[in-house]
Amino acid sequence: MTTKLLGEPVKRLEDPRLLKGQGQYVDDIHRPGMLHGAVLRSPYAHARIKGIDVSNALALPGVHLVLSAADLGEAGGPLPLLIPHPALTEPRTQRALAVDEVRYVGEAVAFVVATNRYVAEDALELIEVDYEPLPVVSVLDTATREDAPLVHAGVERNIAAHLVQTVGDPDAAFARAAHVVKGRYRMDRGAANPMETRGIVAEWNDAEQSLTCWISTQGPIPIRNGLAMLFGLPEHKVRVMAPDVGGGFGPKIMMFYPEEILAPVASMRLKRPIKWIEDRMEHFISTNHEREQIHDIEVAFDADGRILGVRDTFLHDTGAFSPYGIITPLITATQVPNNYNVPNYRVEFTVAFTNKVPVSPYRGAGRPQGVFAMERLLDKAAAALGLDRAEIRRRNFVQPDEFPHDVGLIFQDGGPTTYDSGNYPEVQARALKMIGWDGFKSQQAEARAQGRYLGIGLANYVEGTGIGPYEGAQVRVDVRGHVYVSTAVSTQGQGHYTTFAQIAADELGVPLDRVTVTTGDSTQFRWGSGTYASRGLTVAGNAVGLAAHAVREKAAQIAADLLEVSPEDLEFEHGIVSVKGSPGRSYSLAALSVASNPLRYAYGEVPKLPPEPLPRQGPALTSGREPGLEAIRYYSPPHAAFASGCHAAIVEVDLDTGMVKILKYAVVHDCGVMVNPMVVEGQVYGGVAQGVGGMLYEKLDYDEEGQLRSGTYMDFLMPYATEVPHIETDHVETPSPLNPLGIKGAGEAGAIPTPSALASAIEDALSPLGIQVTQAPLPPDTLRAMIAEKRAPAR
Amino acid sequence: MSEPTTAAQTRTLHLTVNGKSVSGVAEPRLLLSDFLRHELGLTGTHVGCEHGVCGCCTVLYNGEPVRSCLMLAVQADGANIMTVEGLANGDGSLHPIQQAFLDCHGLQCGFCTPGFLMNTYAFLKEHAAQDMTDEEIRVALAGNLCRCTGYQGIVRAVRQAAQVMQK
Repeated sequence: MTTKLLGEPVKRLEDPRLLKGQGQYVDDIHRPGMLHGAVLRSPYAHARIKGIDVSNALALPGVHLVLSAADLGEAGGPLPLLIPHPALTEPRTQRALAVDEVRYVGEAVAFVVATNRYVAEDALELIEVDYEPLPVVSVLDTATREDAPLVHAGVERNIAAHLVQTVGDPDAAFARAAHVVKGRYRMDRGAANPMETRGIVAEWNDAEQSLTCWISTQGPIPIRNGLAMLFGLPEHKVRVMAPDVGGGFGPKIMMFYPEEILAPVASMRLKRPIKWIEDRMEHFISTNHEREQIHDIEVAFDADGRILGVRDTFLHDTGAFSPYGIITPLITATQVPNNYNVPNYRVEFTVAFTNKVPVSPYRGAGRPQGVFAMERLLDKAAAALGLDRAEIRRRNFVQPDEFPHDVGLIFQDGGPTTYDSGNYPEVQARALKMIGWDGFKSQQAEARAQGRYLGIGLANYVEGTGIGPYEGAQVRVDVRGHVYVSTAVSTQGQGHYTTFAQIAADELGVPLDRVTVTTGDSTQFRWGSGTYASRGLTVAGNAVGLAAHAVREKAAQIAADLLEVSPEDLEFEHGIVSVKGSPGRSYSLAALSVASNPLRYAYGEVPKLPPEPLPRQGPALTSGREPGLEAIRYYSPPHAAFASGCHAAIVEVDLDTGMVKILKYAVVHDCGVMVNPMVVEGQVYGGVAQGVGGMLYEKLDYDEEGQLRSGTYMDFLMPYATEVPHIETDHVETPSPLNPLGIKGAGEAGAIPTPSALASAIEDALSPLGIQVTQAPLPPDTLRAMIAEKRAPAR
Repeated sequence: MSEPTTAAQTRTLHLTVNGKSVSGVAEPRLLLSDFLRHELGLTGTHVGCEHGVCGCCTVLYNGEPVRSCLMLAVQADGANIMTVEGLANGDGSLHPIQQAFLDCHGLQCGFCTPGFLMNTYAFLKEHAAQDMTDEEIRVALAGNLCRCTGYQGIVRAVRQAAQVMQK
């Protein structure tokens, strides 16, 4: 029996190439005659554009083109609103280049094309824009006040959307509560910051009337569809490929970023390939942010600490535009109940425009905020009710025998928010054991006696993953017996080239290195929606499984006919299909691939197949059969599959510096069946690191004029290896009943509860000072000031 | 890299890269990272921030790890440069450091990886890392950012590489 690959920590097929520096990221792509673009960006958070004079820029030697809004024609219209919703009553999307008004520092105003990037940037400095500054809305807390300036004329109080959702009868629940605990919790702006910034190479071929784009994107197929529509081209004349992508984490899925239109427009005008690569300083002010929300949450408990009802009202900052609809706050709203039974729930959110970078999902996509509100509140309630923090959670878990569990709300995909499977008590119990929850109090007391402030914390989460609409895959065995898999989801480091190969290799009984996977290329697979929402493996992986199974059945039928046995008598191993118990009676998959294609003219050194008996009975290709060992299958999930987990942390806080050292970090994680545990753990580790950054260091510091004061790595502190601790992990597997492979998504899990677990531990460490942790991030200087205030309060 | 605008301003550089003598043309303001990537076509060195914090652009300059985004190409005239393309063996097989990163899942998207490899290579030449604590290894790596791996596999990889290379 071949060793099964599914579930094995198989090493990655893509690694040798990447390790040798042979990756091909978008800036590595060179096309003959290529020119280079640069974007002029608004230095004002809000201003009217009274005039643009590009004449000096055009006159600079080496400059080929300067575009402003007036030059764009139809390509200058509002960018698509990706996900409309009835509650989004005032949607606004930006233009590829600003027309009369700029609404955030970084908004694109002009596009220069020159012989190289250095000259293009020289030209940017020669463009004169006459700005008339307008009042700025920078602070979320006051953005919806009656007297706030307007980001968009006519949008009253800057409100883009407002939605109330109710389950059960929350008011009645609160009326009969033994305890009500309230809190206000906020998360500030965060940014994904993949190590590779954005970029595009666009190449218009005038002879073929075709457009080819390489884009560092998570969604090549929707972009292909959108560009074809925008430029009036048939879809097959637009090719969009995501090459190697150096991290995505959410903000690289957009349709479109302005440059994804500007580069094609420039290429069409100049009939030359155009490359635009974002630099890091631009990235801070032009790639979407997320996270900023303020929650006022209250929870009603009975005398035993069981949740009777939850009411949460929150404000969500969408920045200057709403390109991704209200997906992020919708996810937050459905997230708040988390792992717990919440029979009565009212959630109300308001989405506000501000003069800051637009917002779209970043790893977690609204879940970190929802978890923060609920988990911080549960800690507060535990203290108020005199319960251990783990115990109050234990009393409220959805129990293992209570699945499927319906939260009662519509999820971001339009389907129900129904938890399919899980074992929350077991997951938490294991995390507590790993961190040493029970013995910690004495350790903490000893440390305090030495003047050291240690704390322990925990946080649970659920995560709706693997949403539709669908993905597809083609699996093909060629005449050499090599297996080719292609699917439209793209890859940004999560190991698709290996995990999808594992699925196909297992199904077809071939060694892993005989499978080659292509992702994110619209010429290789034309249908799909992209890599987001922890769905790649769950949705595309299942499509690969279905397609591979269909190919296996075809191969079995052909082999069965040749060997005169029934398909059930065959086994697939090492690329050979043989009769069980008679290993000599076999054909290779290569031979079956040849046999599947009844050509008149044979070619190559193919294994000799038995001649057909003459005369032939009927057509060579019988009705319903197609030539080749290949199949295309689609998988469309019924609704989200819910992963879950628990994080626990022990920290030490230095009262003098405000620095937090993470002494121990434990993750117990349930994403159902794991195709490759090594890849899953890698995803968790990366998410935790972003959560560490998001809680302890990464502050996007906007001033009242909408200027980003922490717009470089000098000021926006991302964790190095010295700031991310050793992370201990354990897994629980509750398979999803929703898909054939039983898998759930894992991409975002690490980032979701981390700020909450760290906040819980920091608050525990500082409980002698009575400091509550109600905001994220808490960079060292902020925490230091809070501590100093408590130790020596200002008069 | 396309032609610069003022030919009179350019310099011709002669340097050794990965053991081979090369020459190229550069304006004085051309960054070493851009020269390596676009003039010499060695795209394995990546650019993550262009302000000397992320370490993606790390190469060896006369044996020392440097941030090539903070150097001008003209500063490398006459120098001995090593990039990630010089790490694997002549037959294409992986250097022990590369093999260790593969074995320990020390990379995901691969963008920061060449910088880590070069920094690790320089570090292991000078230090017996197999005896170091995780904390000491982390300090050695604290000039390179990774956004994908959480550094877990990277720290293990450096330790494995040190153990293998010690033999």
